[in-house]
Amino acid sequence: MTIQPIEVTVNGRARRIDVAPHHTLLEVLRDDLGLTGTKECCLVGECGACTVLVDGVSVDSCLMLAVEADGATVGTVEGIATGDRLHRLQQAFLDTGAAQCGFCIPGQLISAQALLALTPHPTRAEIEEGLAGNLCRCAGYEQIIEAVQAAAAADPAASQGAAER
Amino acid sequence: MRAFAYERPATLADAVTVLGDGGPDARPLAGGTDLIIRLRDGSIQPRVVVDLKWIAELDREIRDGDDRLTIGARTVMTDLAADRRIRREFPALAEAAAVVGAVQIRNRATLAGNICNASPAADTAPALLVYDATVLVAGPGGSRQIPIDAFFVRSGVTTLVRGEVVTAIELPRAASSPGAVHLRRTRRRGHDLASVTLACAVQADGTTRLAYGSLGPRPVLVTDVTGVLADPAAPERAKVERLDTLFVAASPSARSMRASPDYRLAMLHVLGLRAVGIALGRLADGANAR
Repeated sequence: MTIQPIEVTVNGRARRIDVAPHHTLLEVLRDDLGLTGTKECCLVGECGACTVLVDGVSVDSCLMLAVEADGATVGTVEGIATGDRLHRLQQAFLDTGAAQCGFCIPGQLISAQALLALTPHPTRAEIEEGLAGNLCRCAGYEQIIEAVQAAAAADPAASQGAAER
Repeated sequence: MRAFAYERPATLADAVTVLGDGGPDARPLAGGTDLIIRLRDGSIQPRVVVDLKWIAELDREIRDGDDRLTIGARTVMTDLAADRRIRREFPALAEAAAVVGAVQIRNRATLAGNICNASPAADTAPALLVYDATVLVAGPGGSRQIPIDAFFVRSGVTTLVRGEVVTAIELPRAASSPGAVHLRRTRRRGHDLASVTLACAVQADGTTRLAYGSLGPRPVLVTDVTGVLADPAAPERAKVERLDTLFVAASPSARSMRASPDYRLAMLHVLGLRAVGIALGRLADGANAR
């Protein structure tokens, strides 16, 4: 089996890793880099538990080979918080009780982050559409939507200008 | 997933050579949202996967021409759905692209991949059929153009020959834009494959083009030249009868679990009539806008 060296920046840290061509980005993140926040679930691109950002856009990491991420910037749930300070989305998920079993939450957070980056103040319909690729089998959708609304309302860029993040 | 080699050709010529040499043992990779599922479930077991995303000649631009828009082979659904020109002149295609999978899928899935995968339920296929798109192809025998209606054969099979790669998809710009719409039926809101997927374009000259998918081995284009469907004053009964005639060849599979054949046929007629009404309204709105 051939091994392919790739260069990828994960959560701000540049990495050079050797990957097998048939290993997905999901497998490499979890098994080679130990970033187990990104979850493996349906493996057919329906549940969104494996959602990560690649060059700023959300993708299902189970449907992308790791070699395809060569040269890319990857963001996972481990990179959302700043040190000990939770991201406003994480705080909002806690505050609204959006996490029940918690398994889908890393993917929900990444999709919500991608949504707010494009649409800082989404309507409810836009949140539903933005998170349509993330299933929650605890059916905590109402709280998840509330959390995204709360995080959007807490956007520091909206109240203080774009000075802070 | 079974191991395979990975090739990343930098030129179209190299990609054509690798794919031509490999034949069925080589599989092209664009967005991967269909391919990787099949690699994982073992339904395909190629020796080599050929990543087309590093080829200089293949881009993800949508280029303006006087008489056409050219969509680069690497254009993804998200970009297609958001493009102002596509939304204005080819709304049925923008609407179809906007309902493929969910955000994560649309960020990766390409238009070219959607047609090459040749699923009977491919959402963009009916829109491309009513807009009379042309598929630009490069291969061992040089480049050629395939009318979209001559591209689909059956599920998973197209008229591409060994070594051929789709380089772009062209949409002809009509002198006057038709009124057009894409509609579909799914089991649930959000993220699902279509039980019926349908596009309709009503032209100012009275011709109505309808195309439907998920009701047989390939998406099907039908054309009404009688003017009945395009006539805002024609009674609904006449339109229903016209649609009955046009949709006579629809043959949904009984094996699909998404919906029964009877349901699909019933919904085809419902969506067809609804689409004609919306397309007519849009044609009138477009005429008013001019």
